[in-house]
Formats: sequence, structure tokens, C-alpha cells
Amino acid sequence: MIVYILRRMVQSFLVLLAVSLVVFMAVYAVGDPIELLVSAEASDADRQAMIKRLGLDLPVWLQYWSFLTRAFQGDLGTSFVHGIPAIELIVQRFPATFELVVVAIGLTCLLGIPLGLIAGLFNDRPLGRGLMGGSVLGFSLPNFWQGMMLILMFAVWLQWLPSSGRGDTVNVLGVPLSLFTADGWSHVMLPAINLALGNIALVLRLTATGVMEAKTQEYVKFARAKGISERRILTRHILRNILIPVVTVIGMEFGTLIAYSTITETVFAWPGMGKLLIDSIYKLDRPVVVAYVMLVTFIFVMINLLVDLAYAVLDPRVQLQEAQ
Amino acid sequence: MSRRTPLSLASLAALALPAGMAAAQSLTIGLASEPTAADPHYHKVTTNDAFSAHIFESLINRNAQMELIPGLAQSWRAVDDNTWELKLRQGVKFSNGEPFTSKDVLFTLCRVLNNETNVSRSYMEPAQSFSDVQTPDDYTVIIKSERPIPTMPNELARSLPIIWSGIAKFDKLRFAPKEGCGVTSPWPTVADFNTGKLSIGTGPYKLKSYVKGTGIEMERNEAYWGSKPHWKSVKMVPVPNAGPRLTGLMSGDYDVIESPAARDLPRIKDNSKLDFVATPSTRLIFFQPDAGRAQSPFAKAADGKNPLQDLRVRQAINMAIDRKAIVQRLMDGMATVANQYMPTGMFGSLDKPAEIKFDPEGAKKLLAEAGYPQGFELTLTTTNDRYINDGQIAQAVAQYLTRIGIKTTVDAQAAAIYFPKRAKREFSFAMGGWPSENGEASGLFQYWVATTDKDKGLGTSNYGGFSLPAFDQVFVPAMAQMDASARKAAYQQATQIALANVPLIPLHFESSIWAFKKGLSYEGRRDQYTLAMSVKPK
Repeated sequence: MIVYILRRMVQSFLVLLAVSLVVFMAVYAVGDPIELLVSAEASDADRQAMIKRLGLDLPVWLQYWSFLTRAFQGDLGTSFVHGIPAIELIVQRFPATFELVVVAIGLTCLLGIPLGLIAGLFNDRPLGRGLMGGSVLGFSLPNFWQGMMLILMFAVWLQWLPSSGRGDTVNVLGVPLSLFTADGWSHVMLPAINLALGNIALVLRLTATGVMEAKTQEYVKFARAKGISERRILTRHILRNILIPVVTVIGMEFGTLIAYSTITETVFAWPGMGKLLIDSIYKLDRPVVVAYVMLVTFIFVMINLLVDLAYAVLDPRVQLQEAQ
Repeated sequence: MSRRTPLSLASLAALALPAGMAAAQSLTIGLASEPTAADPHYHKVTTNDAFSAHIFESLINRNAQMELIPGLAQSWRAVDDNTWELKLRQGVKFSNGEPFTSKDVLFTLCRVLNNETNVSRSYMEPAQSFSDVQTPDDYTVIIKSERPIPTMPNELARSLPIIWSGIAKFDKLRFAPKEGCGVTSPWPTVADFNTGKLSIGTGPYKLKSYVKGTGIEMERNEAYWGSKPHWKSVKMVPVPNAGPRLTGLMSGDYDVIESPAARDLPRIKDNSKLDFVATPSTRLIFFQPDAGRAQSPFAKAADGKNPLQDLRVRQAINMAIDRKAIVQRLMDGMATVANQYMPTGMFGSLDKPAEIKFDPEGAKKLLAEAGYPQGFELTLTTTNDRYINDGQIAQAVAQYLTRIGIKTTVDAQAAAIYFPKRAKREFSFAMGGWPSENGEASGLFQYWVATTDKDKGLGTSNYGGFSLPAFDQVFVPAMAQMDASARKAAYQQATQIALANVPLIPLHFESSIWAFKKGLSYEGRRDQYTLAMSVKPK
């Protein structure tokens, strides 16, 4: 077990290193940020001073090397645009994104699984067919369009919910959270629904197919023959068996949403990490882009490690030493 | 539970609405771009300057038409070519109650010159040529410069927000920027301003909080010396995308938004709950032809030369464009046709410029005279996310050029890619936009038309490599001419020379647009600042 974890950590480190190299070179190739930062009024001496201060006068491999050495000391660089550490900028945005994703995943579980059960149980009736058909819309309509429609309906026409931004926040252990105020909830609802719609459809379909398959399995038929109540068959026998892939998918979506809820955050002007990434790309704020991708990769690597470990705990047949 | 939540929330929100309306005197503004810092000396861009103008004031202010009006200085005069004397306003207090004196001016200048945490040293530009600053008493400041700076009042108005001297320690302040001016503690950094700890100014508002990406909250400074703004509390929220910004206004989240998309204007006009104002700005939209090189990458003629070097070709291009049609159809009337390089009425521009006539036949004739009866190949490069309708404007211009026989291609790029490439002179015919920030004709000519001389700060944006000694001989000395009427005459003469030689193809002056709820009014500003002070209930 320990050997496995150690080996995985070495692997993770190599992945991070490779990602840093690729991202650094990619961002470097996009363009030179100096023209976006320095006004045309600046004298040439000032321009040169700025290039030197940002370290842009060095050859790219030297820039990468100094990035690496500083990264080992926990410094992922300073934002060109904001003048404060990139990691600080990202961490400032993290609570907003986290909240949004938690609500979206909550909605996904609360709506996706029950609706999937219904769709699977009644797959030969109009209700079930309707749910399955409707779910196709859920992930085939573009995310940004769904967002616009939500805004149009609930913010502009009905005026029930605000269209953008984050509501009042309360400091919980120094972290500003908006889920403890009514205003905060009213702000988070629309973007969370927007994020959740695709995932609800996904989970709904996954659950429904699982139920449809399980319904015809021998063990269910056997249970039914024994005279066990339908309710118990559903919760104890069917649901338990089909939930493993569903939980895996939800876990993976959690990571994806944290890292890349960019479109929703842009449409709803939600001040989260995704919007920071987009803004930083537009302004060629290299340190922030690189730090962001590094952080996200780190999160994914960690999630994967935890998932693998969890499998071993759940299913003793999984042999960690062999799994690579 | 899951079914009840949205419903109860909706009713909650409905209950909250009237309460929000009752809390009058609070104003929410949707910004198109976010200020990058609360530090007034951090980055010289319109967004930052407009934000800091709420909290920090300059010695000299500008009204909505960009005319100079007294600010923290009540009067100013040029004692001789290299000396300016300013008399400060008495009885002004900083938001922490401390009095404002000449010491704070000296301190601010020193901080600007010693600011290591800023972007691009943008605020240092004029102050770098100061040779001495004296403060004979608490309310007099004497500035001496190495060279004559006739636009000193304009420069002081636009690039010297005054901060409080108490935010650093010093024994005796003196103007010696290289030795740190006598300041003994570390200079405050951008982070100190962002937290609000050191954001102490004399302006009409006080900073309550500045959270990146989330917004800015400000409170009225009840001790402000001037006329107090109407709004007790102001919230500014950055919403970079025009769509969400407009829906935010329509749904009542914002009271005022800046720069709604031009394509949405008809919807705003039709909406009985909304209103808007469009103000001509000084920002000229133009094309910059590569006139300086014998070979240009994207201007290809059969004879192998760069046709843009020929004055007749540039004139032909100038005549081939129907500016009125672009302004009316593409810009929805929210722009002013440019027949010269600065808006009429601005210092140094022509009072009655001759119209650049739309004359495709004449243009064809000129092209033939220049030796291109069959035209040539030309790529127009443009941004597609920087200026109002920039991509479409380039398309329209390309069509006009096609009509006179030039085979055109349009290459539209994101600003982040475009600007660095243009600086490396990778284009042949590139779009540009430039506001005259100091309010004089020199603002554009100095950087875009004068022959490049990096040491003197001339032609730093002259990516077309245009060079005309006859222009430089008139324009360059004018920049140091202290006599206003002589300077104005020289600028006008320089304008005439430029118009005749077409270093840039002027198109139009952008208008800035603000949309807001009916019942409010906004005094649109030429400098494109969005100020809570300019929003008033009708």
C-alpha cells in the first residue's frame, strides 16, 4: 500500500512537471504581454525596464527554469496585471467557484438520481420515455445558450432572481461564503442550475439504463419471487448495484466543474476561478494561467489517487500493487 | 425539499425587491472592465483612473468636456518656460480628517517616481522631467522642469492622483527622487491600497472594499470639500461581457452600465424602462498604412514594390471610403465622421476641416496615375474585441477598397495576439484607435505620426514607419511652445500637413455609451470615465 502510494506520488510529480512544461511553452507561444501592459506613451527606456522586471528579456528556457526553481519554493509567480501573487488571486476566487459547484452537484444528485429511477422503472410508459427524451436536450443544448435562456426567463421576464454576480457574503473562518444569506442563495441558483442541467441529464440517463438492466437480472427476479416489497427491491437491491458508476461519474464531474465552469461563470459574471482564467488568457497574464493549470492538474491528480484508493477499500479484489 | 427550494427562494427574492428599492441613495454600476488595483499609481488605463477618481483627486480636475477646472489647486500659472506655480485649496481634508497641504503633493510625486510595484511606470512619464519641486509654504507648490512642458496642467490633471503623506515615515521631505526624498520607511505597495488600509484620499468617496472579480464598494465622504454626490453608497461590479451586462440592467441588478454593445442599442431605445446617453469621445479609429518600408508583408503589387509608400495610393484609399455610411449603418449613428485627426473643437484641431470626399472614381484615377490601374493585393488587419464594431468596420473598408480595384483580405484577431504583432511591424495595413488623453492635438501626433525617436518619446506607435521632415519641423518645436496661441497655430499647421500626406487613414471618432434606468441621468464624459458622481436622479 505504502509502496503504491509512493509510486503514485512520483508519477504525479512527473505529470505535474510535464504539464508545467507544456503550459509554459504554450502560453509563451501565444504572444508577448508587454504590448498589452505598457501604454504606447511609455518611453523606450520604460518599456525596456518593464521587460527586464518581468523577466521577459531572458530566453524561454531560462524563464522556465526560474519559474521551476521558484515553484519549488512555493512561489508560482506574480500576476503581470494585478501585481500580486498568482496563487493568491486564484485562492481568492476559489470559495465562489466551490460554492457554485457544491450547489450544482447537490442539484444533480437530488434531481438526477430520483428522476433516473423513475425513467428506468417506467421506461415503457410515456412518463419514462418523456424523461429520457427530455434528458437529451439537457446535454445537447449548448451550455451558454441554456444560461442565456435561464437569465431571460427568470431574471428579465419574471424578475425572480438576479442575473449576475455573487450575493452578500458572510465570513466563515475568514472565508467569504454566500450560502448563508438569502441574497447569496438567490444569486447562486441560476448559475448552479445552468451548471447542473447537463449533469442531471447525464446522471439521469446513467441511472435509468442501470435500472433497466437490473430490472431484468436474475437476482431481482429472485427477490421478487421471494415476495420482497417493490420498494425494498428498489432501494436495497437495484439502487445499490447501479450506484457505483453513478458515484464515479459525479465525482469526476465535481473536479471538472471546479476547474472548468468557465462558460457559466462568464455568462453569469460569477467571480470564480473559471472567469479568472478567461480574463487572464485575454490579458496574456502568463503567471496566472500557468499557476491555474498547475493547480487544477494537482487537484485532478489528487482526486484520481483518492479514487483509486477508494476502489481498493470498496472492492478487495482490486490489487494495488498490480494496478498502474 | 428540492422542489420547495426554488419556489421559496423566488418568493424571498420578490420580498427583497421592494426593500432594495426603498434603500435609495445606493447605486450599482456594471463595469465593462475591471480596475486592476485600488492603488491610484498602479496602471494608467481608463478603468483604473476612473475608479481612483472617486477616492483620490488631482491638483487640477477635468469636466465632462475635458476642460481643466480647479481641483486641489485653486489656480496655476507658468512663471517662466520651465516653472509652474500652483496655489492649493485651503481647508481640504483627507478622508481620515488630516489636512491636505503641499507636503502631500511632494510626497505623491516622490511615490510616483519611486513606485516599484506598478505596471509600466505609466504614471512617471511627466514627472520624470521635473528637475525640482519646492513647497515654500503649505499651500504653494513650484514645479521646475528640464524642458518646457506647455501641457503641464493637463498632465497634472490626468496623472497625479494625490495620496496622503502619512502612509509612510519621513524626517524631512525634499524633492530628491533618487535618494527616496527623505522617506525612511518602505514605500507602500499595491497590496496596501487594495486592502483599503492606505486608500486615503480627498475625493467624494471612501473605499469600503475592493474584491477582485467581485466588485468595489464605496461610501460617500461626508467631509468632502466640493459638492457632494447624490449617492450615499456605490457598488461597482465588473461584467466584461456585454450580453450579461445588458440583461443585468434589464433585470434591475444594475442602475447604470457602461458600453452596451452597439448591436443592442435598438433594444435599449425600444425599452420603456431604459435610457441611454452617447457622448463623442476623442478616440479616433483609423488605419495605419505601412508607408515606411520598400517591402511590406501584406501589400503586394505586380511591380514588387510596396504601393503604400506612394502618396497617391494613400490618398486614393482615403477617398475610397464612405465614412458617412459607416457611421450611419454600422455604428448606428454612435460615432462622428473624422475629417481630421482630432475632434473639431479640441485644442490644435482645425475649426473647419475640409470634408474628405467619398470619390471612388477619383480614387481609381489616382491609383492608375500611381501605376496600379489593376490594383494590388492588401491585407487589412484588425482586432475583433477592442474597438466598437472593429471587425465589421474592417470588412466595410475592405469592400470600399475592392471597389477601386484593390484585392483585399481581412484578418481579424484577438487584441492579445494583435497588439504584440503590430508592435513588431508584422502588418501592412492595421487598425488603430487612440484617444487624445491630454486634450491637445499633440496626443496623437507625438506617438503615431512624428518620426520615430525613442529617446525623445516620439513616434513610439508609428508602426507604419511614416516619416516626413516637413511635419516634424512644425510639430516637434510646437510641443515645447509655451505660448498657447502660437502652439495652437503650429498644431493646426501640422494637422494640415498630415492631412495632405495621409500618415493615417482617419475613419471616425467613437462615441461612448452609457445605459441606465429611466429616471436617472448621466453626464457622458469625453474621457470615457464612468463616475458615480455623474449619475443623478432626474
